[in-house]
This record gives sequence, C-alpha cells and structure tokens, in this order.
Amino acid sequence: MSHSEHHTERNNLAGGIEKNVGVLTQKCYQCGKCSAGCPVADQMDFPPSMVLRLLQTETPENDDKVLRSHSIWLCIACEMCLSRCPMEIDIPSMMDYLRQSSRTEKKVNKKAKNIIAFHKSFLNSIRYTGRLFELGLIIDYKRQSLNLMQDVSLAPKMISRGKLHFIPNMIKDTGHMARIFKKTSKK
Amino acid sequence: MKTGIYPGCSLTGSARDYNESVFALAEAFGLELNQIPDWNCCGATAAHNLNKELSLALPARILAIAEKNGIDEIIVPCAACYSRLVVTQHELKKNPELKNRINEVIEMDYRGTSKILNVIEWIDKYIIPVVAEKTVKPFNYKVACYYGCLLVRPNKVLNYDRAEDPQTMDVVMTKIGAVPVDYPYKTECCGAGFSVSRTDIVSKLSGKIIEDAEYRGADAIIVACPMCHSNLDMRRPDINKYWATEYKIPVIFVTQAIGLAIGLSPEKVGLKRHFVDVKIS
Repeated sequence: MSHSEHHTERNNLAGGIEKNVGVLTQKCYQCGKCSAGCPVADQMDFPPSMVLRLLQTETPENDDKVLRSHSIWLCIACEMCLSRCPMEIDIPSMMDYLRQSSRTEKKVNKKAKNIIAFHKSFLNSIRYTGRLFELGLIIDYKRQSLNLMQDVSLAPKMISRGKLHFIPNMIKDTGHMARIFKKTSKK
Repeated sequence: MKTGIYPGCSLTGSARDYNESVFALAEAFGLELNQIPDWNCCGATAAHNLNKELSLALPARILAIAEKNGIDEIIVPCAACYSRLVVTQHELKKNPELKNRINEVIEMDYRGTSKILNVIEWIDKYIIPVVAEKTVKPFNYKVACYYGCLLVRPNKVLNYDRAEDPQTMDVVMTKIGAVPVDYPYKTECCGAGFSVSRTDIVSKLSGKIIEDAEYRGADAIIVACPMCHSNLDMRRPDINKYWATEYKIPVIFVTQAIGLAIGLSPEKVGLKRHFVDVKIS
C-alpha cells in the first residue's frame, strides 16, 4: 500500500476535522473522561465522547446528527475535556470546526438560537467599534433573540456602579477593523 | 524592557473595578504599564465559535501593534483575553503558512516576539518580591482561590500552572497573609460566555462554585478573570434564585486583595462597584 493511499481524503466530517483541525477522531477509545468532566454534558443531546463515537463511524447519517446536535453549541470552550483526555484529542478546536460546518451546511439546531444570537451580536458590536460596547451588545441581542425583558433589573444597578457605558469606546482605526472583518468573512 | 498592558473590553466596562485595582497596584509599586495603542477586542468566545480566521486575526493585530511599539512583555489581566492571545501566538508559530495569511489580513508584520503574562505572572515577577515590606494590613482571611478555565487551559499551550489543582494564586495569597482552603472547584467552569444567552447554565455552574467555597469556610472567593467575577458577583441574584439560597460570600480580584493588604482604600481598588457587599475590608 502506498503512502498516498493511506492518506486519501475522506469526504466526511472526520476527514474534514483531520484536514482542517489536525484532530484524529480515531484516536478516541471511549474512556469517557471528557464527558465526565464536561460542565454541560448533562444538558447535551450527545456528550463529547458520544460526538466522537458518532464521528468515528463516518456515516452520512451520523455526521448529520452531529451537525444538527445541540451539543456542539452547548460546548462552552472551557477546555476541560482536552486537559483530561489521555489521547490529547483537541475536542474544543474540533467543536469550533463543527459549529462552523453546521452553519455553512445550514444544519444549526433550533435550540441554539439564543447562543448564536449572542455570538453574532458580540461580533457585530466589535465590527464597527473595534471594542465591545456592552450596552450595544445587550440591545442587539434583545433584538435578535426577542428576549426583551431579560436583565432589565440589572441595568440600573450596573449604571449606579459605573459599569455600563452609554457611548461606545471606539478604536481610532475603525477602517482597519472593517477590513479585517471583510477579509475573513468568506472562507 | 518595556512592559505593556492589554486591558481588554471588560476592564473598560463591567470590570472597571478590576482595572482600577490593577492600575492602583502599578502605581503603588512604581510599575510601568504602557497601554497598547489603539488596541481592539480579542474576539473572545464569539469569534472562535463562528470564524476561526477572525479569531486569530483580531489578537494578531493587538500583538503586531505591541511589537511595533517596542513592547517586550504584555500584561493581560483578563484570563479569557490572555488565553486567546497565547493561543494565537501558539497557532501562528506552529503554522507559518497561516501566519502569512493572517499578516495579509491584518496588513501588518506580526512576528510573535512579545512575551504574554497573565496577572498572576505579573504579580509574581514584580510585586511578590517586595510585597512583604509594603504590607501594612495582612489579608488575614480564609480564601478559596478560583482560577476558572482560561487562566490554566489549554494547559499544554499556556504552559503556565498545572491544569488540576493549580497553586500559583494560592501562593500569592499566602504572601499577603491569607489562608487558602482546599478547593476542588478551582478550575471548574462558571458558565463563562453564556451569562446572557443561557443564564440558567451560569446560575447552575456558578452556584456550585460558590456553594463549595462557603461549605469550606472561606471568607472570600479570589479570582483573576473578569468573566468569572461577573458571573459569581453580578449574577448572584440569579444564582440565589436558581438554587433558592442566600449565598453572601464576596468575590474579590487578587489585585484588590493585595491592594487592601498594602493599605489602599476599598474605593481605590474598586470594591464599591461590586454587587455582593465586601464586608471584610
């Protein structure tokens, strides 16, 4: 068997993960330490070790389950799984890749709506000002998620403690920021 | 040696108290902290969740500006920013092709020459050697040192403290007279960036961190991350509602504790901005 045959590109998620993230899903031997240490495993449809098992099967059905899962969005990027994995599988980076694939393939789980709305509002805020404008973020998030009444009691307390600004703290070179966003917007 | 500081967005807003305490220490110990000119947001969790290239380009711009301004070491008080900056440096070092691409995106020549220090490393290097002679009011309290996630993880990349049961913050606290309790929740996640989108998860996770600190008899939880602080402090009403409890333990930045020990006022180190009353000063 030639070397190149050994490395034929697989047209599935595990292959994409190997190519783009450098993570070999086959290395997982299902010890379950990632799922045991994951702070949000109990909320997930598939805990991290099960996501890995689904990927290992390399079937279109299971790839689809992974991309449509709530799990990939609930992953909070705390990095506990990676620090405890005996095979040092970089699950957090793999999750980043899966989230991005899930959006590209339009398979985002509906339950992840608010989580994604928040991430988008966050990036919208820094796209134009360069630095996070917390009040703007909250307003944009409310608009996107329609959770209008959330945290209304928090704002006055933040204001009285000088923790909420009404004017964004903008960087000087906002044009530079706009170009960075533009150049990275379509891969 | 030129020392710079990357405050990050939280420190200009919801974590003003942390910012005030960092600069109060710098002033008290005569330490220079040059703010990186025109710094931008590091992208935080949102960027690496949605767009990998952007998540590297944003920190790379910050680092390239620091290099251009001759900054040899950058102090990053926010643990989340610290992690993003170090991870970017690591990724771009390991992959020259990616580095070229990112340099193209940021239209700058990032080289990766600045050393990045978290707040504990800064304290260890510049403050601990002289803290004893400045201590006028030893911080004689039992403390639970809470490191959170991103100060120590990904630990093979940050190469800082050990991933399980880290010790650096505990050692710093003993130098100003505190007694750290054994604390298994040191590196458990507080819920981080879900503060707004999944407050229920934050309430649950942060509640466990607080409950154990109280159970172990700590007078205060000591933190070194603005996100940990806002979840444990600002989200306390949500936490107490979720668990039907009345947890009262204060959450104090390590820099605030040192400030109090050297005789700075609670106002000066930002303690009056907390949501949970700090009655121990």
